[in-house]
Amino acid sequence: MTATIDAPEAALNTTVTELDALESESVHVFREVAAEFERPVILFSGGKDSIVMLHLARKAFAPAGVPFALLHVDTGHNFPEVLAYRDRTVAALGLRLEVASVEEYIADGRLRERSDGTRNPLQTIPLLDAINGHRFDAVFGGGRRDEERARAKERIFSLRDEFGQWDPRNQRPELWSLYNGKHRPGEHVRVFPLSNWTELDVWHYIEREQIPLPSIYYAHERDVFERDGMLLAVGPYSQPRDGETVTRRVVRYRTVGDMSCTGAVASTASSAAEVVVEVAASELTERGATRADDRVSEAAMEDRKREGYF
Amino acid sequence: MSTLLRLATAGSVDDGKSTLVGRLLHDCKAILADQIAHVQTVTAQRPGARGDGTDFDFALLTDGLRAEREQGITIDVAYRYFATDKRSFILADCPGHVQYTRNTVTGASTADVVIILVDARHGVLEQTRRHLAVAGLLRVPHVVLAVNKIDLVGYDEAVFTGIAKDVNDLADQLGIADVHAIPVSALVGDNVVERSAETAWYDGPTLLEYLENATGRTDTSQQPLRFPVQYVIRPQTDDEYRDYRGYTGTVASGTVSVGDPVVVLPSGRRTSVAGIDKAVVTATSTAVAERPSAVAGEAVTVRLADDIDVARGSVIVAAEASPGTRRELAATVCWLSDRPLTVGARVLIKHTTTTAQAIVTKINGALDLDTLGVIDAAGLDLNDIGKVQLKVAAPLAADPYSSNAITGSFLLIDAHDGWTLAAGMIDDEEGELL
Ligand SMILES: Nc1nc2c(ncn2[C@@H]2O[C@H](COP(=O)(O)OP(=O)(O)O)[C@@H](O)[C@H]2O)c(=O)[nH]1
Repeated sequence: MTATIDAPEAALNTTVTELDALESESVHVFREVAAEFERPVILFSGGKDSIVMLHLARKAFAPAGVPFALLHVDTGHNFPEVLAYRDRTVAALGLRLEVASVEEYIADGRLRERSDGTRNPLQTIPLLDAINGHRFDAVFGGGRRDEERARAKERIFSLRDEFGQWDPRNQRPELWSLYNGKHRPGEHVRVFPLSNWTELDVWHYIEREQIPLPSIYYAHERDVFERDGMLLAVGPYSQPRDGETVTRRVVRYRTVGDMSCTGAVASTASSAAEVVVEVAASELTERGATRADDRVSEAAMEDRKREGYF
Repeated sequence: MSTLLRLATAGSVDDGKSTLVGRLLHDCKAILADQIAHVQTVTAQRPGARGDGTDFDFALLTDGLRAEREQGITIDVAYRYFATDKRSFILADCPGHVQYTRNTVTGASTADVVIILVDARHGVLEQTRRHLAVAGLLRVPHVVLAVNKIDLVGYDEAVFTGIAKDVNDLADQLGIADVHAIPVSALVGDNVVERSAETAWYDGPTLLEYLENATGRTDTSQQPLRFPVQYVIRPQTDDEYRDYRGYTGTVASGTVSVGDPVVVLPSGRRTSVAGIDKAVVTATSTAVAERPSAVAGEAVTVRLADDIDVARGSVIVAAEASPGTRRELAATVCWLSDRPLTVGARVLIKHTTTTAQAIVTKINGALDLDTLGVIDAAGLDLNDIGKVQLKVAAPLAADPYSSNAITGSFLLIDAHDGWTLAAGMIDDEEGELL
């Protein structure tokens, strides 16, 4: 069985009205949360999905500012370009940023570094502690249902119990555009305004709205080595092992996360418009192409989400 | 006009729903290489696998939760996204098991098309009747009957025609106008994307052809204006927006234009539309731009000419076609909770942007799936469809569901634990069940 993608033009034909419909749905969700919750927060990593989410939040409340704080769960394994983008954005928009630091948890012994070195799974506890500590009752995540099979099961308003856990077998029915945000003290609701967006929609939107992104999303030269079929950057958190050779390649990132396990893809796409063409013709999913940690088991994401992960 | 089509699937366990969805996605080339490799690996490791590289369980493409894969059933709705040259699709893949019917109701509530599967060997089952009733009740515009496993009945036209007739008779009783039957084999791929050579007697469209050409959501922009207010924007900054006061919301039906005379419910105060704004944001600036009008489905901000009391829960409506408000509702509900409903129950009702207390004052009967008639019922159990009367603590600007799916629908919520108890649809004057 082969997977040939022979009609990229088809995927390119997203009409303006489809993007408008997605935008309206997301804006509606932001306004519902602002009206019904006391302490919402936006998870903001400086990745493209969280950037689009913030853009939509700004649209929902213009000309007023966004009435929510931002929360970054910082693995300590960041791309410097992404951190710089985060700080520029927060300063330019006068937003409040809370940081939950995985590094601190490791330093004081509350968490232990994993043998494989990746820190994505370690984010859950600092995230839940931050939610409890700040008493956030609605937490916006940039997750999309097209990303992964467990995410495909997610509601737009998704209840978490007082331990932050998700019970995928016992989710509230979600009907029409009536979102039920009722929760008991200690519980919170994860809200996914981008649920119905695909990776391609996100890129179309970035192009249409001319949303600036961290530079690593576009083609650049970088020293990389190959591991598990992915191109990993030579950097402070990932070094080639014996037998892995370093080459200088023109690459870009499809996702940004823990630098030690996020792969780059060979690409010459240097603008959102060029990325749209590339994504439409891609034969791999975004996560399959770039996330070593999601490949661990059949249910890696489901297990992490049950425990309270993004 | 948007070319997006929202689909939902329904059918009993083992009718082949997961296989059909997997087949549809696969043949539309919506499955990427890493996902295919994954399914091949898992299928090949199973007992009974041929191990020659041809093992491929399409159902694995969609069953996303561990328990689903272990038990081989779909438990919760999974959403899938795919596109062809003609249009994009959002597919809500809903479980078949009766225990999870509430998830079918969830999927159907936003669907333009429901695909109901029937196993050609078994014909219409209780779940088929239930799913048809749900589709009728929620007024899903189109129903596709996929008579699946047609390969297992020797591609027999008579079997297909018989099942199609049974379903059409039910659809007539349920008031479903548009049912289209297609003979398919999800496993082999007959009439899903590729036309089958084995069903020369069938000259209708394949499933995909049908979906590509189905009309999407009913356009409600010509209906009377309904604009539930979500949230009030008051920047209170020192700039040009110092005195700005905007009412945000999504146009539920109709078209709102600058200058339109409107009434704000529940107060009933008359005013007119002073402005309609949409956001314009750049990396550093946040502003709004004026628009002459906005249509159903658009999220906008409306400003009014007079300084009157408007808050979340207010509904701005066309002055010449106000629905008025009511505190008593007659409605049809799908009961979604394990806890039965009894008369006198106190619940919360969520209707557009209003949440209020309510009491169930009467249960007027439940739908009997065998006869499709209404029978007496003292209470409603999980998955029952029933008729109730409600008394609400706040006045609601409501329409019958048959004329407006947004101002005609509501949720009942358990005030104690927040669980969604029921999906409700407000009856029209005749009070017909369906
Ligand atoms: N022969 C044949 N078998 C099918 C067809 N569709 C599904 N099946 C088989 O029927 C069984 C149940 O299918 P599945 O998709 O899991 O059903 P679901 O419970 O409705 O999701 C599986 O063994 C499938 O391989 C078909 O069109 N023809």
